[in-house]
Amino acid sequence: MDFTVALAQIKPKLGCLDDNLALVEAAIEKGIAAGADLIVFPELALTGYFLKDLVPEVALRLDAPQIEKLKTLSKRISIAIGLVEVSSDFRFFNSALYLEEGEIRHVHRKVYLPTYGLFDEQRYMARGERFRAFDTRFGRVGMLICEDMWHLSAPYVLAMDGAMTLLCLSSSPGRGVSGTEGLGSAAAWQKLTATTAMFLNCRVFYCNRVGYEDGINFWGGSEAISPSGEVTARGAILEEDLVLAKVDGGALRRERIFSPMMRDENLAITVKELKRIDREKEY
Amino acid sequence: MGALTVNTALLRQILVGFVRDEVCKVGLRKGVLGLSGGIDSALVAYIAAEALGPENVYAYCMPYRTSNPESEAHARLVADSLGINFKVIEITGMVDAYFDLYPEASNMRRGNKMARERMTILYDHSAEVAGLVLGTSNKTELLLGYGTLHGDMASALNPIGDIYKSQVWELSEAMGVPHEVIEKKPSADLWAGQTDEQELGFTYRDADELLYRMVDQRMSREELIAAGFEAQFIDNVHRKVQGSHFKRRLPIIAKVSNRTIDRDFRYARDWGK
Repeated sequence: MDFTVALAQIKPKLGCLDDNLALVEAAIEKGIAAGADLIVFPELALTGYFLKDLVPEVALRLDAPQIEKLKTLSKRISIAIGLVEVSSDFRFFNSALYLEEGEIRHVHRKVYLPTYGLFDEQRYMARGERFRAFDTRFGRVGMLICEDMWHLSAPYVLAMDGAMTLLCLSSSPGRGVSGTEGLGSAAAWQKLTATTAMFLNCRVFYCNRVGYEDGINFWGGSEAISPSGEVTARGAILEEDLVLAKVDGGALRRERIFSPMMRDENLAITVKELKRIDREKEY
Repeated sequence: MGALTVNTALLRQILVGFVRDEVCKVGLRKGVLGLSGGIDSALVAYIAAEALGPENVYAYCMPYRTSNPESEAHARLVADSLGINFKVIEITGMVDAYFDLYPEASNMRRGNKMARERMTILYDHSAEVAGLVLGTSNKTELLLGYGTLHGDMASALNPIGDIYKSQVWELSEAMGVPHEVIEKKPSADLWAGQTDEQELGFTYRDADELLYRMVDQRMSREELIAAGFEAQFIDNVHRKVQGSHFKRRLPIIAKVSNRTIDRDFRYARDWGK
């Protein structure tokens, strides 16, 4: 099935749910007007990134009115979006929702919360415990939030769970200005998205935010990658953008015929060896 | 060596975007800065003019009677070439009035007082024109502590605080800062003939090559020596970085409650912006 994906490279305001919901709704309307079937937003699109002690104040329960609004909008376009989720036992998660046809189809809670360098997520948020693929009208999909993608096992598990489209919602700070053409962080991500797509014969839709928070820039550069690892669309660097990518449904089929690595991937060997490693490991 | 080379187009885009974004998000449109005639403040003026439009940049040259007249001429050259607002406010009167009470004061006390006098003038004008004070300290001097706490180190936002002096030179070339300003010897201009490098005892180029490896790349002392740096130079620079760390932090607060500012009361400054 051919479809159009929109990557909403927005600039959220830190801690301002109402303003950000308005930004999101505006992007959704633009996406619909441009003929998009799916719109992907960045990590923590509804809240901003360096929340620190604001986390509990901007967290939403899954039955919050803001999410009801997104559900309604998802009757017109499928939506993947990042926010802070609060569970009934008051844990706060860096979550991504996938909404379609008026329902929440999937909630992914970020598993790998970076807490090093300029990152401090695990201080404020609880860790997700699973990677699961889920069915959508575009086939089986897996969601990752930013740092999740830097752990090889995460997209691997999703692909083995049948995902053929990987959505990565990101708030990646720009850093590493050197003599080379692009930002260090952008170059690293571009290698990662393309390589992941190639390894797993999956499409990758990467959406990264822009704007500054306390002097830290987010570099944008959202991209759609075909299952062969080719970039089919890329957003502006450091500027707001709505990236539209026409997705050729046949490309996935052709790639999987041409490079049937996923067909040949041996889950039994992987599981056997991982179990052995786990058994032999000294905890 | 030479690891400090930067992609100036990208750096310019990030720094211009930073000034525009951080000024506008607090509901303002203007920037205020002290223009000394030196390269750091000249570069910040170029960045600010591109970010906010020259009509929204207010530059103040604040000479003392012992300042080199060339400094004011260079400040004016920068302001004229950009078309930004420019005013000269001499600080001799206020500084001398104070030191008439303390004639024995050292050069250091006088230099610090001048830097803080300029700071109060900038903050006053920031209120007058409704603009934010732009910092002009680069990463090299911030790390070495070569600046006056609450003086030239004070600002609302600093576009060049994460770039080394060598990178300031590089970006200034790319942005068209006048050559006279780029090529002259860096000086705090407290007395005639004073230069930074003479006072520090080493060149900015050497300090930058070392600091980049020590701070950014986290190379150990052994690795730095193996890379060709002299042990004495490494130790000297390390001492300066450690010894001046207090200048780069907010005042420490005695903790008695459960939520102490900046310790367990943590919000970004851009909270709600």
